[in-house]
Amino acid sequence: MAKSIDVSDLDIYYGDFKAVEGVNMTIRAKAVTAFIGPSGCGKSTFLRALNRMHEVIPGARVEGKVIVSGQSLYEPGIDPVAVRRQIGMVFQRPNPFPTMSIYENVLAGMRLNSKKISKSDADAIVERSLQGANLWTEVKDRLSKPGMGLSGGQQQRLCIARAIAVSPEVLLMDEPCSALDPISTSAIEDLIHELKSEYTIVIVTHNMQQAARVSDDTGFFNLKATGEPGHLVEFNPTNKMFTNPDEESTEAYISGRFG
Amino acid sequence: MLSSTEATGKPVVRLGDRLFSGTARLAAMLIMVALAGVAVFLVVEGLPGLSAPADIYRPADDFWSYVGPLVWGTVLAAVVALVIAIPFSVGLALFISHYAPPRIAGPIAYVIDLLAAIPSVVYGLWGGLALAHWMTPSINWLYDNLGFIPFFAGPPSVTGRTMLTAGIVLSIMVIPITTAISREVFAQTPRLHEEAAMALGATRWETIRLAVFPYAKSGVVSGVMLGLGRALGETMAVAMVLSATPVVTLNLISNSNPATIASNIAANYKEATPDRQSLLIATGLVLFIVTFVVNFIARLIVARSERNVTR
Amino acid sequence: MTTTPLDHDFESVTAGLVQPQLPRWAAVLIGAMALAVAGLLTMVMGWSVVGGAILAGLLFVIGMPTWSRVVEGGRAAADRLATCLVWGAFVAVLVPLIWLVWLVLKNGLGAISLSFLNESMRGVVGEGGGIYHALMGTLLVTLAATVISVPIGLFTAIYLVEYGKGSRLARVTTFLVDVMTGIPSIVAGLFALALLVLIFGPAIRIGFGGSIALALLMIPTVVRSAEEMLRLVPSDLREASYALGVPKWRTIVKVVMPTAFGGIVTGIVLAISRVIGETAPLLIVAGATDSVNMNLFNGRMMTLPVYIFSQYSSPGVPAFGTDGPPPGYARAWGAALVLIGIVMILNLAARILQKIYAPKSDRRR
Repeated sequence: MAKSIDVSDLDIYYGDFKAVEGVNMTIRAKAVTAFIGPSGCGKSTFLRALNRMHEVIPGARVEGKVIVSGQSLYEPGIDPVAVRRQIGMVFQRPNPFPTMSIYENVLAGMRLNSKKISKSDADAIVERSLQGANLWTEVKDRLSKPGMGLSGGQQQRLCIARAIAVSPEVLLMDEPCSALDPISTSAIEDLIHELKSEYTIVIVTHNMQQAARVSDDTGFFNLKATGEPGHLVEFNPTNKMFTNPDEESTEAYISGRFG
Repeated sequence: MLSSTEATGKPVVRLGDRLFSGTARLAAMLIMVALAGVAVFLVVEGLPGLSAPADIYRPADDFWSYVGPLVWGTVLAAVVALVIAIPFSVGLALFISHYAPPRIAGPIAYVIDLLAAIPSVVYGLWGGLALAHWMTPSINWLYDNLGFIPFFAGPPSVTGRTMLTAGIVLSIMVIPITTAISREVFAQTPRLHEEAAMALGATRWETIRLAVFPYAKSGVVSGVMLGLGRALGETMAVAMVLSATPVVTLNLISNSNPATIASNIAANYKEATPDRQSLLIATGLVLFIVTFVVNFIARLIVARSERNVTR
Repeated sequence: MTTTPLDHDFESVTAGLVQPQLPRWAAVLIGAMALAVAGLLTMVMGWSVVGGAILAGLLFVIGMPTWSRVVEGGRAAADRLATCLVWGAFVAVLVPLIWLVWLVLKNGLGAISLSFLNESMRGVVGEGGGIYHALMGTLLVTLAATVISVPIGLFTAIYLVEYGKGSRLARVTTFLVDVMTGIPSIVAGLFALALLVLIFGPAIRIGFGGSIALALLMIPTVVRSAEEMLRLVPSDLREASYALGVPKWRTIVKVVMPTAFGGIVTGIVLAISRVIGETAPLLIVAGATDSVNMNLFNGRMMTLPVYIFSQYSSPGVPAFGTDGPPPGYARAWGAALVLIGIVMILNLAARILQKIYAPKSDRRR
């Protein structure tokens, strides 16, 4: 199921402003890839370009290629809605739908698209997804309660369950732990470890320890100067990145000398 | 596999999306069409009223001498209403935002908003059946004691159905609008400004003068302009209080009072011939233009003050 | 006796802080005196109670700052004066409000009976008759106006918030909605009439014309409130939905609208309560009649506000040999009470809806 992603010469613009410039990388299937870098360096923008979510902002456009197992995402005939069904996303702040129960939230991907599914299939999907998100035991007795009633960490795992319920091939996570306490964070990190056996996972994080803990590969983004576009400085296996990086600025960032 | 349609070179837009956004855009355009319709229909139906045979304009003899007293009455009634309403609105807004105990301020604000919800015809009923009667002694008193001012030149009306009464009814209808907007801008005064003034040892009144009024000035002005818009366009309250004669006078307390454009339309519509009808529509067009200009100025003031605040 | 320097300093500081102040009972004392003086003068001179009350208020507003000026100084006096005036404004505005509500209740309750609600004015010359035809007319006309204006208003709001961000059409529409808010209701009536006259010829009066006019007055309110509510929906939710591969229109229908539902309905109810009491446009397009007419598209249709107006302007004469106010006045008050009752119920409903749906957005985070 899981797929690799090839990115070549990707530039991302917001109107006339070039936010990210010249990114080349290969994201491996069934592995965790982390992006680190200072604020505003374009790592979240780049992440969003991987499932065309950046198009939500008017004026955003992309030059270059993103190829998911042979299929280019930015070919003219491609439907961004279909892309997002294949490449799911988890956001910085947990955002369960406030009008829906836990059960409905997990099924939101199907329900919102008015897909007809039988009650037993629906039950099975809910259980599988919640189990996949390590949330099943905590909520199985209150599936009809509103999703907003859960704690922050539970809400975030509910959002992950919602994302995997539509069985995507890739899971993008945009700083999924930055709004959570340490205990919830470690629960999510454990979950990421388990999920990578089935999904290709890309995670943006501000927390370098987290990148070191969860990822197999790491990309470091940086700005040349304020007002300049962000760019990929280095992309390497995480081990190498944190012990013996190629670039001096990576070393400086990782050891906390700037940023 | 990613579902991809034929590579036509055009970005894919789903049918549902196209229908839905099309409907939304259509609705927005409908509003444009409707407003254009208002203008066009009023012009088409009203134009004949500008140059009809002279006897249509009885007792005047052309359009401008017919509409003149009406415009005068409209402006006079609105001005009287505003003169009464402004001090009370500002006072009431200050009361709610700064003086009332917080526990009752909310309910009072709600009650004042309810004042705005009372139908104008009920105000008219009150004005015609209760206030007018009660105003008679006051009108006599004004005539006896202040008769030298042209506004109170008399002779005083015995029914109490005077421009002054109509103005009071209108002011009661304007107060909720002006109060609501003033209250909002008073409440938005930056707390820091007020605390700075208080820290300098200012009394509550000085704090309001130093920190609240300068900040809220343009908001209050726009509230007043919106109130003016309502006073100009209000029909029933005036139609039910005044018995009109086409005169141009400053006199607020006599028996002969000019009608307003709106009340004149309401009063004459029933027995209007087609010619008369287009005359009335033409006066409606004049009213439309006047209120449009007033509202436009109000928006301009709001927009400018918003820019100043953000700067 | 010696005091330590510290004590000495402290004393002088507190001495500086203590200012002469009016005692707490000052307001009560002045109030009582103002009432007494005004009461006495009223009785001696034979003025009305209202005149006396105004005089008492004036005496208080003059007395309080004057005393304050003598004891506390000019700045405090100005403050006292401002406080008096602000409270005065509040009390003065309450007077007509309470007067009006009391009149409507007193006169209206006397007029309302089962037959008053159940009968039309058909064939009624003197006493008797009711508002049934007007009540039905108001409900029908307002319902039709709602049916016209809600879809247009809602979709316009959706366009402004979801699709048209920054486009020229959106800017123009926002401006036009502002203009529409300022249209005098009688002009809306003239528009509806002009439209019908163009289509059907000059003598046309139908209930649906009233609906068109009311819809024109409702649309801006609906657009404004719906727009505000849609903007309050956090963009996180839209993104969450897009990320699940949900098309934009489904996101709007199934995520954004349900989240904003309570606020939108509240806005619509308030908009209805604003137009249900409109008189002028209905007077000129829907006309007036004595009988029940349930067909919006054929014939004149009575509505409550117009009923009040026509009972007021042609109230009839009291039965032969009896004295008193014309019978129409009582019917007008009764109808006014019913109309205000409807408006208040709608406002209350809006407030309750707001309460029910409000906390949801706060529970976030």
